[in-house]
Amino acid sequence: MQDFSEAFGLAFRLVLSADPDLLEIIALSLKVSLSAVAIACLVGLPIGTAVAMGRFRGRTAVIILLNALMGLPPVVVGLLIYLLLSNAGPLGWMRLLYTPTAMIIAQAVLIAPIVAALSREVVEQLSTEYAEQFRSLSVPPGSAATALLWDARYSLLTVALAGFGRAIAEVGAVIIVGGNIDHLTRVMTTAIALETSKGDLALALGLGIVLITIALSVNAAVMALRLTATRYAYA
Amino acid sequence: MLKKVLTWAAPITLLGSVLLSTASLAEEKSILVQSTTSTANSGLYDYLLPKFTAETGIKVNVVAVGTGQAIKNAQNGDGDVLLVHAKPAEEKFVAEGWGVERFDVMYNDFIIVGPPSDPAKVAGTRDAVAALKAIAASRSLFASRGDNSGTNKKEIALWKEAGIDPKTGSGDWYRETGSGMGATLNASVGMGAYTLTDRGTWISFKNKSDYRIAVEGDKGLFNQYGVILVNPARHPNVKQAEGQAFIDWILGDQGQSAIASYQLDGQQLFFPNAKK
Repeated sequence: MQDFSEAFGLAFRLVLSADPDLLEIIALSLKVSLSAVAIACLVGLPIGTAVAMGRFRGRTAVIILLNALMGLPPVVVGLLIYLLLSNAGPLGWMRLLYTPTAMIIAQAVLIAPIVAALSREVVEQLSTEYAEQFRSLSVPPGSAATALLWDARYSLLTVALAGFGRAIAEVGAVIIVGGNIDHLTRVMTTAIALETSKGDLALALGLGIVLITIALSVNAAVMALRLTATRYAYA
Repeated sequence: MLKKVLTWAAPITLLGSVLLSTASLAEEKSILVQSTTSTANSGLYDYLLPKFTAETGIKVNVVAVGTGQAIKNAQNGDGDVLLVHAKPAEEKFVAEGWGVERFDVMYNDFIIVGPPSDPAKVAGTRDAVAALKAIAASRSLFASRGDNSGTNKKEIALWKEAGIDPKTGSGDWYRETGSGMGATLNASVGMGAYTLTDRGTWISFKNKSDYRIAVEGDKGLFNQYGVILVNPARHPNVKQAEGQAFIDWILGDQGQSAIASYQLDGQQLFFPNAKK
């Protein structure tokens, strides 16, 4: 398989050449997936915390549902969002189909359950640990939630990274709602799918290596941030 | 002091220019074309569209899917222009009022490609229907798009002409990939199957391995592309003026000669045939 060695060489040259088309695609990938993570956290963290701390009927059912939704198939989410945003659909008047915004919505829907379910797990564990203290000091639930989220911030960062990993890697949803339009909605994964279908396997694999490198860099950046923060905390 | 002003001015100008550029982006004229994987994968649009945009200032965004899905998307109003290759389906689209009028744009032809071992002994023949009969009789692997695309519709019509229902061999010798032309070619090469493809995609396809053209030159393998403006009466959002400008251009002298001049590896991929 000469495709492998060719792919690594190509990936290296692609990155070094700083090809403007490639940079545009990378920038859009990051913009879409990071925005989706931000929205998913805004929605998912409160839900996860509420379920973790609340005691209500049907709580177990909600937890099962959240956990199950982590396995939402991207292509189904893409189809649902397409039907909603299509001109013939209920939200067609917003003219969002085949825009980056549609891709952000699809990915946010895809990863919000991941953020909610995992943050529920994290916050619940911590809250059992803190329960007695909270009770003896009669801490109001709002302050308790804030304290729990703050103390769990590093674990929650990992939760956000899990969501980012799913978002940046998926192709099924964004290719339907984005349409893989050149210079408009083409991201790394849809570009890889396109080059594969053109039979240019070396270029496809080269782009894949670039994509994995991006994911690595984001994770490394978050880790560096975390290490710096802990160092300050103990200094 | 001046230094301070400059350090502040730089990011502000940058921010301003970003905002301005997004604003001008919103005003930029553009149309959305629902089209097929065969035209997009062949690189034709990358060659053609910049010429159109340079002349008219209208940017063309292309969604490349199978003809069946392209027609469905256009019916939903998610596109201004439809450029596909399945004449009966296109005429139905217009007859049902989804499109304004259908025009011939260009043609090329379909070919059957296969492995060098040629298990059905069809290499070098011209009769597509006879070749399919030989493939079915020898139970040689055949990869079908199976996605209701223009190429798939053509293939189904050829089987019908041969009087064979390939679905009886589905999963056995008849493999429906349910994906685009390039993906199906990849699968064919991977499993040693024959497949029907348009010549444009074949010439530009880079993973040919040792595959070669088995059957070509049959009149029945003619592949006509048509262009249709999505009906603004059905979908008021359709950009009528810009969409019509694109259709006029591609049917006119400039568009037609641009199509004729597109070559890959010294071969012409599409042959313009708009009526004058």
